[in-house]
Order: sequence, then C-alpha cells, then structure tokens
Amino acid sequence: MSALRQIAFYGKGGIGKSTTSQNTLAALAEMGQKILIVGCDPKADSTRLILHAKAQDTVLSLAAEAGSVEDLEIEDVLKFGYRNIKCTESGGPEPGVGCAGRGVITAINFLEENGAYDDMDYVSYDVLGDVVCGGFAMPIRENKAQEIYIVMSGEMMAMYAANNISKGILKYANAGGVRLGGLICNERQTDKELELAEALAKKLNTQLIHFVPRDNVVQHAELRRMTVLEYAPDSKQAEEYRQLAQKIHANAGKGTIPTPITMDELEDLLLEFGVMEQVDESIIGKAAAA
Amino acid sequence: MTTDVKARNKEVIEEVLAAYPEKSAKKRVKHLNVHEEGKPDCGVKSNIKSLPGVMTIRGCAYAGSKGVVWGPIKDMIHISHGPVGCGQYSWASRRNYFIGVTGVNAFGTMQFTSDFQEKDIVFGGDKKLDKLMDEVEALFPLNNGLSVQSECPIGLIGDDIEAVSKKKAKQINKTIVPVRCEGFRGVSQSLGHHIANDAVRDWVLEGSAAKTREFEGTPYDVAIIGDYNIGGDAWSSRILLEEMGLRVIAQWSGDGTLKEMEATPKAKLNLIHCYRSMNYISRYMEEKYGIPWHEYNFFGPTKIAESLRAIAAHFDDKIMEGAERVIAKYQPLTDAVIAKYKSRLEGKTVMLYVGGLRPRHVVGAYEDLGMEIAGTGYEFGHNDDYQRTTHYVKDGTLIYDDVTAFELEKFVEKVKPDLVGSGIKEKYVFQKMGVPFRQMHSWDYSGPYHGYDGFAIFARDMDMAINSPVWSKTKAPWKS
Repeated sequence: MSALRQIAFYGKGGIGKSTTSQNTLAALAEMGQKILIVGCDPKADSTRLILHAKAQDTVLSLAAEAGSVEDLEIEDVLKFGYRNIKCTESGGPEPGVGCAGRGVITAINFLEENGAYDDMDYVSYDVLGDVVCGGFAMPIRENKAQEIYIVMSGEMMAMYAANNISKGILKYANAGGVRLGGLICNERQTDKELELAEALAKKLNTQLIHFVPRDNVVQHAELRRMTVLEYAPDSKQAEEYRQLAQKIHANAGKGTIPTPITMDELEDLLLEFGVMEQVDESIIGKAAAA
Repeated sequence: MTTDVKARNKEVIEEVLAAYPEKSAKKRVKHLNVHEEGKPDCGVKSNIKSLPGVMTIRGCAYAGSKGVVWGPIKDMIHISHGPVGCGQYSWASRRNYFIGVTGVNAFGTMQFTSDFQEKDIVFGGDKKLDKLMDEVEALFPLNNGLSVQSECPIGLIGDDIEAVSKKKAKQINKTIVPVRCEGFRGVSQSLGHHIANDAVRDWVLEGSAAKTREFEGTPYDVAIIGDYNIGGDAWSSRILLEEMGLRVIAQWSGDGTLKEMEATPKAKLNLIHCYRSMNYISRYMEEKYGIPWHEYNFFGPTKIAESLRAIAAHFDDKIMEGAERVIAKYQPLTDAVIAKYKSRLEGKTVMLYVGGLRPRHVVGAYEDLGMEIAGTGYEFGHNDDYQRTTHYVKDGTLIYDDVTAFELEKFVEKVKPDLVGSGIKEKYVFQKMGVPFRQMHSWDYSGPYHGYDGFAIFARDMDMAINSPVWSKTKAPWKS
C-alpha cells in the first residue's frame, strides 16, 4: 500500500466544490484508489452524489444523540457508496447556533483516532465556503491534508475567495506541511475565464491544474444524485474529470507554498484582462441617478 | 514620611524595574510610584491589561459578576453557564454570610452549572439552559429568581441567553437575569462588576416585577450598596445605621435578596461602601430616580464616626442626634480596644495589596491603632480609586497598581513592613519570608471588620498576626 494521501477541496460557497470533488474522486476510484471522503460542512451534502442520498447519520448528530462522540463506533458513521468509496460527514448545528468549526475539529479527531483512515489511499476533505475560523482550517493544519485544491471560476468573488484561502494555507504552510496543489477552474463562462484563472494561478505561485468546462450533463447527473462518472461514463465531461483525477494523482508532493496577493493586485489583474474597467474614483459609493 | 523613605521607595521601584526586559519595564513603570502630597491622584496608571508572563493577582469578568456582585444574592439561583470548572472552583462563595436554609430559600453556597460538553459547544447550549431552568424550578421551587452567569464559550458560540431567559421568565413567572460576563472580556474582574451592574439595571430595576411591587416607604430609608457581608460585615454596619434611626431597606449584595434590589429605587439615600464594584448602579439610580449616594467608610472608629455624621447630615436633627448617640454609645468599646492594643501595635508598618475599596478604606483602622501604611495598591482599581486614595495615604507612600508577584515580594523585602495584608496567593510567600500576614479579602476566615464590633475583631487579629510568639521562634538557617 502506498502512503496515505490527504487532500482537501476548498472554494467559495456555491462554486461547485462538492460536485467537482465527488466527480474527481469517483474517477480516482475508477483508477483503483481506495478513497474516504470527509464532508466538513454542517449541511452534510459533500457525499450525496456518491451515496445517492444525503447522509443522515453525521458524526455530530449521532454524537449528540448518544451523548458524546466517545460513545460512537466508527461503523456507525461510515457509509459505502459508488465504487466502494467510504463516506462520512461531520455534520453540525443548524444555521445560527453553536459552533460548526468546533464540530469539524471534533469529527476529524474522532475519525482519526478510530482508524477511519486505515487502509485508504486517499482521504479527501470537502470544506464549506471560506476559511472563516480555526475549525474550518482544521484540514489545512499539521498532519492533515498535504495538498489543497481550490475550486474557483472567473468571477471576481470566487477569485477573491481563492486568494483568501491561499492566505489560510500560507499561515499553516510554514508550521505544518500543507501546500497548495492548484486551482481548479469550474467554468462559469465569464470573459477570458481561462486566461484569468491561469494568471491568478501564476500570481499565487501555483498552477491551474484543470479547466473544467461547463456541461449540462453535470446537472442531469446531479438530479439523479449521481456523479457524471456513474451516470454517463462515456460522456466528454466524464473524460474531463478523469483527466483532472490523473493530474491530481500525478501531483503528489508537487504542491507549493502560495503567495497571496492584495485586493488591489487582484483588481489590477481584472483590469489587465479588461474584465473590469478602470474605476472612476468619483463614482464610488454613489447610487444610480433617479 | 521622611525624605529618606521617599528616596528609598523610589530606589526600590528602580530596582524592580531593572529586572524586567526593556519593553516590560516601560509598561510597568507607569503602575509604580511614590505618592506626592498635593497631587490629584497617586501618580499611577490603572485598569490596563496585565503583562503576559508576570504573575498578576487579577481575576476575570465572570469572577466579578458571579463571585462578587450576583453570587451573594441569596434567594436567587446563579447558574454558571458553560463548562464545569468556573463554577466548581468558585463554589461556596467569598464567605458572604447569609441567613437562610441552604437548598430551601438560600442558595449562596451551592453550585449550579450547565456543565457544557463538546456537543453543547457544537450545537449551542440554549436548549440545555432551558431544560436546566426547568430542573432548577422543580428541585428548588422556593427560589425567587435566576441569573445566568456566562462563561467564555457562551460569547464565543453566540448563544442567545437573553431569549431563553425571557421565555422562561414568562413561563415560571420569576425574574431571570442573563449576564454577559464572559471571562475574556476586559482586563480584570472590574468589567464584570460593571456588566453585572448593567444587568441589575436592565433586568431587575427596569423589569416589570420591580415596578408593580408595592412598597411602603419612610423618610429614613437607606440602602447599603457594595457590602458583601464577608464574615458578617454588613450586619455589623447595618446595626449602626438602624441605631441612629435609619431604616435599611436593602443590602447589596451580602445577605441580600431580589426583593431588596427591587425596592432600592425607593431609598432616600444610597450608601456605597465598595465604590469600585457598585458605583455604576448608584450613579444610575441617582440619574433615573434622583437618589443621592454617599461613599462611606466603616473601618475603624475615626472613619466610622466621620461617616455616621456625614450620613446623618443628609437627614434631619433626629438622625443627627442619633448619630451622636451611636458614636457615644460605642466610645467605651473603642477606648477599651485602643487601650488594649495600641501599645502593642504603635509604630508598626503595613503594606496592603487588595481589591475594590480596602487599599484605602482600611487605612484609618490601622491608624486608629497607631500603625502606619508603608505601601498600598489595587488589583483592579481605576483612576478614580487612586484619586480617592490621596485622602488616605501620606506623602511618600509606595503605590503599586496591578502589582506582580515579583514586585510585591521585592517591595516587602526592601520596605520590611511589620505586616502584609493581601490574599491567599500571597499569604504563604510572605509568612515563609518571616513576615506576619493577614488575608484582607476573606479576613482570614475571621471578621466582621466593619463597624465598631468589627474594629474590635480587626484589632485583635492584627495583634495576633504581628505579635504572635511564633515569630520569635523562627531562626534563619544562615544565622545559626
């Protein structure tokens, strides 16, 4: 057995992290890799396409029922899905209460201590939105994910989030061993998207590991709670995810320490590509004339 | 004090500062000084964050609210909301004596906690708090109200304790006070006092129960504010006020009740002993209800007489005569105490390091016994405390704010006082140095020290500490 590889997918909320990660991991499973997916999102929808259902029994919901996480058995929280991919979800509180970040920490510690990672080739963490607090940075920290893949698009806010996540990685890169594996651009069909993504990757001292084109087959597969790999294995889109999986597989140990940029630099980048026009400073903060 | 002492004190300060790294010395120098007669304060900065790495003697906001202000309200149940430790290690109070049957109508020495577990952090603790309140109601139905004393995690995870409190207050038809006294707030317990005062304002004085409660007043109604009845202090104070003809309608908060708090806006005069911890609510009552407040001092016969007369001056001739009568009545007791102890204590020096009011308030009591204050300082005082201190200390007195363990040890070593008065953490350090010591937070399990009766006990205790034969039996190993 080769050494366990731990990777994580981060990115702006709604960017298609879970879809991209599940399709890519399904392709990796096709390659014969043994995979564990750890969903780190209170919504617990990181494994829906693999399991064909939303995971109901999350680590934290079961722990709350049983009294504490110490009362759980590892079997209770592990589910097997497409191509025997192991799935688990941290779960967490309903929106607006408690501390979801602490929940992620609790869940990951439980999984590690109870041998969920034994005999696996890959552990993949799927983490919600932005790195808002220490809890959601857990997979970046020491002895967790070795490489982070940031899912983004040509939209300004997605690029902004990618830059922010890079800051989080940089913070832990020196203390631990985490590296930025690359950007995955999930096409939104914005202007000069590929060029922008490549330019941002360069600025962040990383690579655009793959540009995933937009294809409605993804939508069709999602409606059936399936990955494209399972729903339409012969489609062009399935081939795209296979390519991404190959690239990630070959990317072991090639991650870099990111060099996050300032907000101004980011805006300059957009200007450079003509996506954003030179801002007339006098219009900032002014409402449209009636 | 002689110029020698003043110069020596300045030298001692230089010496302790020299031990610090430059950055620390730059910060600590502002907190150490020698009092200059005629200045408006003691020449030190205060209420500033303690230096990391030094051993400060301060507490936290939760300690200020639960431990000091709210804890002694005996007929309410004070819930330490969060993990078990904060409540567990502050269990059993600061010796705030109370009359009542524990577990039936008084709860001061019991510990109630929501005992947070991991899942409460992750999923929030509001439901647990709700349930806990039901259990408390079922088990202790004679409680007159609840308070929720927030520990750190409550503020971190954003629990809505106000919503729970409002809902349950309606259900059980009792006052429930949520207090946002998370320990990480502020630089010391001082902010906890302020937050607790604000909670009294918002949830008790402004609460609906207080407004509808009937009350039959008299022109002689006063409230004791900021006496925590440590070792019975409020009782030995209260009798003096009553003997001079006043009616004490409330004690805040030693041996106090919720109803007394609610009745306080009907007082004619608020009498504040611990200014630091309860000036906020007194100022509020002055503004809102027009109740004047007066800071008094019941330590030692000189200050007691001064205070009784000043209090009486707020009332009519009858009360003023009453004050004179009380002073005269206790004169023989005072004379006897002084006759017995003054000769044994005359000329002895004291260094103090305490909390809210005592670094200044006890000075007069020592002076009544012929003793002298060589140094004093506040754990969590503000500038107004140091202003008030100028009326008590003499020129050249060593002043130390938020003193560190190292500084206090050095100061005592150099100044060589005959007695140190501070807390439990300091006690054994100084006793092992061969310096007599009294705990001035808990009265070393003695007390009361307030009032004339308290003075007799105070004098006995100080004599016991300083003149104990044990000190003549100690021999330094290097002086064999």
